Amino acid sequence: MSTAAPTEVQMLNVQIDGVWMQFPKGTRLIEACSQAQKFIPRYCYHPKLSSPGNCRMCLVELGMPKMTPDRKPVLDADGRPEIAWIPRPQISCAQDVSEGMAVRTDSPMVQDCRKGVMEFLLINHPLDCPICDQAGECRLQEFSVEYGNASSRFLERKVKKPKNVELGPRVTLDAERCVLCSRCIRFMREVANDDVLGFVDRGSFSTIACHPDRILDSNYSLNTVDICPVGALTSTDFRFKMRVWFLKETKTIDVNDGLGCNITVGARQNTVYRITPRENNDVNGVWLPDSHRLNFKYVASEQRLKTPLVRGETASWEHALETLAEILKAHGPESMAIIASARMTNEELFLVSRLSEHLAVNQVDVVPRTGEPDGILIPADRNPNTSGAKALGICGSTPGARLPGIAEQLRKGSIKVLLCFEDPAHCGLTEHDLSKATLLCVDILPNRSTPFAAVVLPGSAWIEKRGSMVNIRGRLQRLNQATLPPAEARNDWEILCDILRVTGGSNLPSTIEEVFKQMSAAHAAFGGLTLSKIGDLGVSIADSLPPSDH
Amino acid sequence: MAYTVPRPKLTFAEKLYLPNIVAGLAITFKHLKRMLKGETKVVMQYPEEKWDKSMPEHYRGAPTLVTDQHGRERCVACQLCEFICPPRAIKITPGHIPAENAFAKVEKYPAAFDIDMIRCIYCGMCEEVCPEQAIFLRKDYAITGTSREQMLHNKEKLYELGGVFDGLIHKWNPEK
Repeated sequence: MSTAAPTEVQMLNVQIDGVWMQFPKGTRLIEACSQAQKFIPRYCYHPKLSSPGNCRMCLVELGMPKMTPDRKPVLDADGRPEIAWIPRPQISCAQDVSEGMAVRTDSPMVQDCRKGVMEFLLINHPLDCPICDQAGECRLQEFSVEYGNASSRFLERKVKKPKNVELGPRVTLDAERCVLCSRCIRFMREVANDDVLGFVDRGSFSTIACHPDRILDSNYSLNTVDICPVGALTSTDFRFKMRVWFLKETKTIDVNDGLGCNITVGARQNTVYRITPRENNDVNGVWLPDSHRLNFKYVASEQRLKTPLVRGETASWEHALETLAEILKAHGPESMAIIASARMTNEELFLVSRLSEHLAVNQVDVVPRTGEPDGILIPADRNPNTSGAKALGICGSTPGARLPGIAEQLRKGSIKVLLCFEDPAHCGLTEHDLSKATLLCVDILPNRSTPFAAVVLPGSAWIEKRGSMVNIRGRLQRLNQATLPPAEARNDWEILCDILRVTGGSNLPSTIEEVFKQMSAAHAAFGGLTLSKIGDLGVSIADSLPPSDH
Repeated sequence: MAYTVPRPKLTFAEKLYLPNIVAGLAITFKHLKRMLKGETKVVMQYPEEKWDKSMPEHYRGAPTLVTDQHGRERCVACQLCEFICPPRAIKITPGHIPAENAFAKVEKYPAAFDIDMIRCIYCGMCEEVCPEQAIFLRKDYAITGTSREQMLHNKEKLYELGGVFDGLIHKWNPEK
């Protein structure tokens, strides 16, 4: 069943519901069953964490080959081993497959076991699904429908446990809903390296709690909410905001650092409500830092630039572009510089390179951003597309190396016009310097430079864009559009095409796909690819990129 | 497969159609006579007269929200009615119940609950789907207004129409 296994891995014969199949040695039984399209319900088991086997939901009927007294398997008429079934159910999550193993995933005994486990799990469950944020994506709901009973036989009083507990600044606990699967405890111990959670009050009142001197404030704490199979841990930020079934989910990538974690954006009626990680084992696994997933509020900010501005006054796109063209035409290429951004997509950066060639401007660079790597997911490079900017020749091997030169020439007066796709104040320019230059800004929010700008064009945020980026490991990944840009704001690639058009450029693309096509024709690193070929999980182009210095 | 419908054999009298016409006219004249004698009433002086008293139990009028016998608003903003509503007439904005509130255990309430009565088709799906028995179709049928704003029933208006409903929901009882 398993494809592309290295040849040295031993393949084992396993019988699943009467069908013999082969799996590599070391496969978990629960995973083998999943690969055979026999889903086994589970609460505590998570493929990225250890298996404590404490929820008992994944019970199956297990058999081993019948052995002769000299330890040889007894073969039946077909040459297959005869099975001796173990009379008691076994958990499939903490069990690796072995030669001749047999499993029944849906026998009457297994069905009885699941029914029993579900009944016990639901005995003290508060049944507050109408107010529970997990409703709609809750394993307890799903398995109750699939494997549980229609009604409860429990007449006694339910156990009361703490509700609405703040475990940390971003996570809220409802202990009554908890099924004590310990996924969150194991996640904090094994992945986040911050062992703050544990069980307290052994017995009926057993509950999740933080270490008394600590709170759950790790930058990965919201992953516990994702892996919580029930509504015990919920996101304080998303709490009671929107029911999950209303959310339109868009697969895109995170832009807060150079890794480009794969994410799903949940939006309804053009408002983003939450961001959750999306599995990609070549990039982020199934995790996402809290700082990244909560950093989307500015996209819906009231401050967003909604219309073009010419010298601070609201203007039409036509007028703004005409003014911009006049300014660009009135100055020679040596008195212009372009400050691009490593937060732009490859398509936009390619159009920036076309624009700089068209205007014969050599002074082009991006603003670098760095921070301390956290050793888990967040790398030092906090720009999402530094590799793309390098590959497209927007910056040299050290991003930002040309910025001090540009700033110096601006102060001396030899550079007069700055076309900025990022706040030029980042290059160490003071307000005095900025007020002297003619600034042409494309941005989504007002920044320190926009008050001095001759022309401001409203662009799109990353959630509103389609395009591609290259992460620090040379993986080409795709951004998809989840919401629409506000009011008159346009996509940045359209703005760049407009600027090319008003300055007399030709062969202008009319769709983002055409931009990619032109880019792949001009740059070998993107050769043979299209936006749709990148797919949801991205493709590695590391081999065709220029060698990186880190 | 073709199937020939057997046609009834008509008698000579039936073929003439006249006896049936006479029988029909007899009914018409019977009603005319009763009306002239004032035995049947066919015109109701609406709106001075209304048929509210003779409305059936299952009549579906305007959807309303109800409070329980303790004055707690029953709706917990689960948004199932918003989801099920075929013409998308319902819009709910959920909110948190503060910890000092008497019903803090419920945690969630509708900060805003709007039903657009221009859109509402009185289908009763919201009542059927409600897990909290909070929304009911009452017998108000003459929902009128002179502007779109008046036709938008907000939470206040919905509770005014709905009133109090005693019921057996013990789920939010702190003892339970």
